[in-house]
Amino acid sequence: MSEQTNLLTRQQIAARAAQDMEDGWLVNLGIGMPTMIPAFIPKDRDVMFHSENGLIGMGPPPAEGEADQDLISAGKELVTMISGGSYVHHTDSFAIARGGRLDCAVLGAFQVAVNGDLCNWRLPNQTSGSVGGAMDIAAGSKRVFAMMSHTARDGAAKIVAERTYPLTAMQVVTKIYTDMAVISVTPDGLILNEVAPGLTADEVQAVTDAPLNMDDVGTINVAA
Amino acid sequence: MKGKKSATLEDAVGRIGDGASLLIGGFSDPGVPEFLIDGVCDLKRRDLTIITNNPGFRHGGIVRLIEEGCVARLVCSFQWGLEKELDGFRQLYDAGNVEIVPQGTLAERMRAAGAGLGGFLTPTAVGTDLAEGKPTMTVDGREYVLEKPLKGDFALIKAFKTDPRGNLIYRKTARNFNPVMAMAADYTIAEVQEDVAMDALDPEIIVTPGVFVDTYYVTGWYKIGKDRSG
Repeated sequence: MSEQTNLLTRQQIAARAAQDMEDGWLVNLGIGMPTMIPAFIPKDRDVMFHSENGLIGMGPPPAEGEADQDLISAGKELVTMISGGSYVHHTDSFAIARGGRLDCAVLGAFQVAVNGDLCNWRLPNQTSGSVGGAMDIAAGSKRVFAMMSHTARDGAAKIVAERTYPLTAMQVVTKIYTDMAVISVTPDGLILNEVAPGLTADEVQAVTDAPLNMDDVGTINVAA
Repeated sequence: MKGKKSATLEDAVGRIGDGASLLIGGFSDPGVPEFLIDGVCDLKRRDLTIITNNPGFRHGGIVRLIEEGCVARLVCSFQWGLEKELDGFRQLYDAGNVEIVPQGTLAERMRAAGAGLGGFLTPTAVGTDLAEGKPTMTVDGREYVLEKPLKGDFALIKAFKTDPRGNLIYRKTARNFNPVMAMAADYTIAEVQEDVAMDALDPEIIVTPGVFVDTYYVTGWYKIGKDRSG
């Protein structure tokens, strides 16, 4: 299919989201695609990463032979700490999350609704979900950005007028990064900010189950 | 002064009986008190309630407790990986004996128990399945869920170093739930990598004061997943 070739790769989505991480921010990254963001943060920006298992100032994976079994990310990956980082225990780590000290959380999603409802912890047909820290982080962050494929594997829209999946947090998502577009979630509805090179706004609208404002649509810069 | 050291693993965990509730430290693998868990397995107790962030992703540790039929109830935030391959977990879940709690709420419920509070109000989980049946309250225009304290008969925790009074420090992200669990149990058992002489730990860097620790057992350093092949 010709349209498949115009979808962004996971790295390209991460690179685009990284451009919106502002200097001085403390950011929490959800498991999966969001963990690719740190590699794409512009070098002139000081962005710190919070990992809810008690690590403020998470750094890249360790060099060969320098891994420490006691230093991991919330996604269970071996990591490092940057200069000026600190360790906290779990109650303090979640005080940071709930208490509004996270400038941003970038989380994966199964569904995002027009009103900003986030669904990312359990599929409707799953008997038991694994919530982890998703609800606390989504409820407490100053901003929540969703990062995901634009549609489900079966082609169903993931950006919807009303959620049908189990809720993680109400009305929290303000920005969506997908393999097709960058979309802002506002009180006045969804605004299509950018589309992937080679795609049209109408093509994005066709796989989005809610109206997109298309007054001012740019193209995602994938050269970065 | 009488130190808090247990000379043997049996001395450390032997008083845990059938039906006890256990807070068990760790997030993923770091900070899991693997020696203490094996000690409890060897006691062959029944009807235990296990409260822990993640019961485990591999065989050994808490998974061993579940597989050997010691566990009647499980409270955790993240069980993913178990339901697919572990019959014992599936049975617990199907019988309604697994309670899923958001991770920050899990930690704070233990803190409330340790701090003598009757509960707290959190914005976490408002409007979700996990808040069903729980009272809510609006404070200054924001809606919160009432969460109750969560305490254990015992806490099984892992620390880096202790002094004879049980003052503890931790290593990196192996700290996680261990300090809050130490606060929230009637009787706290720590396994520690190393015990040091009185005054060898700077009081300014103590994370868990010995008032929260009843006994400790020294394991030495060991590789995480000591009993696992894969």
